[in-house]
Amino acid sequence: MTSKSKTQTDSIDTQWPLWEVFVQEKQGAPHEHAGSVHAPDAEIALQNARDVYARRGRLLSLWVVPSAAITATTPSDDGPFFDPGNDKIYRHPQFYKVPRGVKIF
Amino acid sequence: MKLDEQTRNDLFDYLLRLGDDRLILGHRLSEWCGHGPILEEDIAMTNIALDLIGQSINFLKLAGKVEGNGRSEDDLAYHRDALDFKNLMLVEQPNGDFGYTMTRQFVFDVYSLHLLERLQSSRMEELAAIAAKSLKEVRYHLRHSSQWMLRLGDGTEESHRRVQTALNDLWMYTNEMFETDEVEQRLAKKGIAIDSSTLKPDWEKTVSNLLNQATLNVPEEQGYWSTGSRRGIHTEHLGYILADMQFLPRAYPDAKW
Repeated sequence: MTSKSKTQTDSIDTQWPLWEVFVQEKQGAPHEHAGSVHAPDAEIALQNARDVYARRGRLLSLWVVPSAAITATTPSDDGPFFDPGNDKIYRHPQFYKVPRGVKIF
Repeated sequence: MKLDEQTRNDLFDYLLRLGDDRLILGHRLSEWCGHGPILEEDIAMTNIALDLIGQSINFLKLAGKVEGNGRSEDDLAYHRDALDFKNLMLVEQPNGDFGYTMTRQFVFDVYSLHLLERLQSSRMEELAAIAAKSLKEVRYHLRHSSQWMLRLGDGTEESHRRVQTALNDLWMYTNEMFETDEVEQRLAKKGIAIDSSTLKPDWEKTVSNLLNQATLNVPEEQGYWSTGSRRGIHTEHLGYILADMQFLPRAYPDAKW
C-alpha cells in the first residue's frame, strides 16, 4: 500500500501549464490553431500568445485555451471515427440536380 | 514649427532625454535575450526592448533634425560619450533577477504612460505624433509589468522578498523622473514639453495602488535621491553599457546591415 506524498508532481514536466493558441485574421473567419504557450494563468497566457504569435501581421482576435480542456482523438480512433465510407454512395447527397440560378457556396 | 535658437537647443536636449531613456532601457532588456527564465518571457522582454529602441529611434531622429547638423539617430546613439547621455540613472541599473527587472520596468512604465498621455498634446506636431504612437506600446508594457508585480508580490515568500528588495533598491532613482529644470520649463511654457514635476502625483497614485494590491510596501522616505542624469551625470553602469552597445559601430565604422 503506497501513499503518494504531495511533494513535486510525479511528471517530468516541471513547466507551467500548457495553453493552445487560436488566432483570427479576418472578420468572420474561423480562429485557427497557431501553436501553444506555457503560462501560469489565463492573463499571462494571453500576453505570451500575443508576444509569440501576434507580433507580425495584423490579428483581430486571440484565444487561449488550457490544453487540458481539449479532448482530442488518438491515432487508434482513426478507423472507427474517420473512415470516409465513399463506397456507401447512399450516404452522400450526389443525386440531387441543382436548378439553374441556385447558388451553392 | 519655427524655432528660435534657444528653443532649438532646449528641444534638442529634451528629445535626447526622451530618446536616451528608451535606448538604454531597451539595451538593458535586450541583455535578457537567451537568458529569460522561460521562453515566453524571454520573447516578451525582448519584444519590449525592440519597442523601446523603436521609440528611441523616433525621438533621436527628431533630435538630429532639430539640431540641424546632419546627425542621424545612429550618430547620436553610437557616437556620443557617457557625459553627453541624458538618460535617467534608473534605466542604467543592472537587470538583477526577473523580479528586479520587472520592478524597474513597472516604475518606468507608469511614468512613461503618464508622460506620453500628456505629450500627445504637444504643440510640436512631430513630437505629439511620436508620443501617440508610443503610447499604444507602453499601455501593453505596463499591462505586462503590472501583472508580474501582482503575481510576484502576492506570490511566494521568495518572490515577494525579491521584489520588495528590488523596490527598496531602486526607489532612490525614481525621484529623478519628476525633476524639472529651466530647459523643460521654457519648453513647457511654449506647450512643447511637459513639466515633469506635474507627473508625480499621478505616478505615486498608480504605483501605490498597485503595490498595495501586490501586498508590497512602498519604500520609506529616502535619505538620498539620485539626481543629475539629465545634465550628464551617471552611475558607473553607463560606461559599461555604452562599451557594449557602441563597440561595433566604433570599431567598424563602415559596417552596414
